Amino acid sequence: MKIHIVALGIVALASLAAVGAQAPATQAAPVGNAEAGKKLYESYGCYQCHGREAQGSSATGPRLGPKPIAFTAFSQYVRRPTGQMPPYTSKVVSDTEMADIYAFVQARPVPAQNVPLLREP
Amino acid sequence: MKNRRDFLKSAAVTGAAALVPGNAVSGPAEAGHYGEDAPRQAATPAQASAPIAPREVDPSDGGEIITIDRPGGDFMVDVIKTLDFEYVASNPGSSFRGIHESIVNYGNNKMPEFITCCHEESSVAMAHGYFKAEGKPMAVLCHGTVGLQHAAMAIYNAYCDRVPVYIMAGNSLDATLRRPGVEWSHSVQDAAAMVRDYIKWDDQPVSLPHFAESAIRAYKIALTPPMMPVLLVIDGGLQEDPIHAEITSRLRIPRLTRATPPQGDSGAVAEAARLLVNAQNPLIVADRAARTPAGVQRLIELAETLQAPVVDQGGRMNFPSRHPLNQSSAARQLVAEADVILGLELTDFWGTVSAVRDGLTRTSRSLVKPGTKLVSITALDLATKGNYQDFQRYPEVDVAMAADAEATLPALTEACKRLLTADRRTAFEARGKRLAETHGRALERARAEAAYAWDASPISTARMTMELWAQIKKEDWALVAESGIMSDWTSQLWNFEKHYQSLGGSGGAGVGYGAPAAVGAALANKKHGRLSVTIQGDGDFLYAPGVWWTAAHHRIPLLAVMHNNRAYHQEVMHLQRMANRHNRGISRAHVGTTIEDPNVDFAKIAQGMGVHAQGPITNPKDLAPAITRALEVVKRGEPSLIDVVTQPR
Ligand code: HEC
Repeated sequence: MKIHIVALGIVALASLAAVGAQAPATQAAPVGNAEAGKKLYESYGCYQCHGREAQGSSATGPRLGPKPIAFTAFSQYVRRPTGQMPPYTSKVVSDTEMADIYAFVQARPVPAQNVPLLREP
Repeated sequence: MKNRRDFLKSAAVTGAAALVPGNAVSGPAEAGHYGEDAPRQAATPAQASAPIAPREVDPSDGGEIITIDRPGGDFMVDVIKTLDFEYVASNPGSSFRGIHESIVNYGNNKMPEFITCCHEESSVAMAHGYFKAEGKPMAVLCHGTVGLQHAAMAIYNAYCDRVPVYIMAGNSLDATLRRPGVEWSHSVQDAAAMVRDYIKWDDQPVSLPHFAESAIRAYKIALTPPMMPVLLVIDGGLQEDPIHAEITSRLRIPRLTRATPPQGDSGAVAEAARLLVNAQNPLIVADRAARTPAGVQRLIELAETLQAPVVDQGGRMNFPSRHPLNQSSAARQLVAEADVILGLELTDFWGTVSAVRDGLTRTSRSLVKPGTKLVSITALDLATKGNYQDFQRYPEVDVAMAADAEATLPALTEACKRLLTADRRTAFEARGKRLAETHGRALERARAEAAYAWDASPISTARMTMELWAQIKKEDWALVAESGIMSDWTSQLWNFEKHYQSLGGSGGAGVGYGAPAAVGAALANKKHGRLSVTIQGDGDFLYAPGVWWTAAHHRIPLLAVMHNNRAYHQEVMHLQRMANRHNRGISRAHVGTTIEDPNVDFAKIAQGMGVHAQGPITNPKDLAPAITRALEVVKRGEPSLIDVVTQPR
């Protein structure tokens, strides 16, 4: 049997959509500092489950960047996750820090198309 | 027990069975075949007809006999030769010096050949990996005390993985004959007590005929599903003393007849077939279903008959990864949609159909629709022990066959075929088409996801997976272990077809399995000319790294590519979870969980063990040439390790 910390699935994403629906009308994301965000993303452990480049893992946490969900939903999910993700309250991650992390995630490079190795049958 | 000196004297007077090297009767198994490879002949050791060899007499001791020709260990070797072991893995120990010497001299160090290990955990885990590659057990020798203690975790892993390991442990029973000091601390009244909870059977024979009978019995028990390790505790005196005259007439080696694996009850098979054929959305889930190459074929036949999706949980290589009916990446969705789920040798049926949230309060809920029928076929239902809790939560199934899945599949497929109507066939065809499309889309999605972080350093596990695939796919490759957890990239992106191309995990999640299991499986693959590849975790590497010396010493070809995320990463995440739950210290999850400061130079360690090694590699562009170089070494018949610094998962 494979050992996964969580079994990911649609379920978590479905509940996320619900979170999004309850969120106040989406505002533009506050301007964050991607450089500061990179450090926070590492030190606060987001990288552990979502990968150092926010690329995600089928075993531990979905890809977050470079096109994350809207900031309000993002922030709300981090504060009150409904699935396997541990909660980060405003006591431990401030709103400014959240904006920085969001900026880092947004700044991840878009992957190249047609990487030859990925076409290997 | 008789006094050993009495044995010596009577042996000298009457002579013992002459056990001539090479006299053992054994039919070598056909390579690469699981299951039916057991030797069948009863063997009688060459008997006392041979003349008694002259013995040296120590003139200073009034004729005390100080050498013998035919110790009990020789007879033990005759017995184990009939069991057709290729290897015995062992870290040497005085409590089994008698049989050790008999193996290497009397037995010519062949069948079995002695494999020198640096830790008993390595011996057992090598045997664990070897069995899954070869389909027959490897023997292990260890001390009944400290050796068995070292071996214990690996035995537990094999037990949880339902893998037979044939363990012989030395002991010294007669307290009045023990050497002072170490031999006392290496003796034990009931050696097996320590591991009895996670082996299937044990014995401590008190005579050579008793040894012969228990040795054959142990083999049979170990290889009857559910398979598990067995233990024979062998007395030092029995190994070292001459074969006593009174015993010779009773020396014979019983015939081994393997028990046929239990097949599911015919009524239950018919009921399962009815449910599966009539289901709108049947689902087949397999964990340790395929024991032999035939198992994969049998599962393909059932799936194709029903055009039903298959989720391979990967405990064994159950189903080809590129088969259009392979839908493993959609497991959760398929479970939710299914109206009938067939579980084949599932470790955890309950966990397959439930979701548990690891939150402040642990909640769980069923993933299946009301009314979904669950059908289970597993030999696990034939033997469940109480102490260790590997049996998981109790699954409420509708049909439970206490049987071996592989043995039951042909009858089940036939029963399904008999129920097929033209209507059902049409429905199945449509389903098959849909599933083939889903399969294709899943592969494309996986490839698209793999492109993210492609150029990142530390190197992405997807990149590493594909750099490796590009170079091994033209070979006769086998992924013998994957001790670093890697986001399922290999099963998503590689084309697994053959039964030996993936061997599943450790069973009990006891870390330290990966390296020795890979070396053991690679040893099995060597004679088949297969290219053995392992993904080697950093934490796993550090448990008993001496196994790399074993790989070098015995020239075991193995390509080890490290998934070195410089952490016990599962624990990093667990600690993070605790810190978050307690709303504090969220930047300290690395304390006690990471393997940094200093970074371990794995290549240097491996080189120090005589293994060709490269790294640490941090730039993804350096990976391809490193793999090319490593493959040259492996193709020469040696191990090679590449330390790759990777993303966490
Ligand atoms: C211990 C693992 C873990 C850690 C640490 C973690 N996450 Fe998550 N995260 C998950 C999982 C798993 C999910 C998927 C939903 C679920 O099960 O909760 C998720 C989902 C999310 C989502 C929703 C994404 C979407 O599109 O559905 C966001 C946003 C997110 N995480 C951001 C973060 C940030 C930011 C951090 C660090 C401050 C973080 N996560 C740390 C495991 C983790």
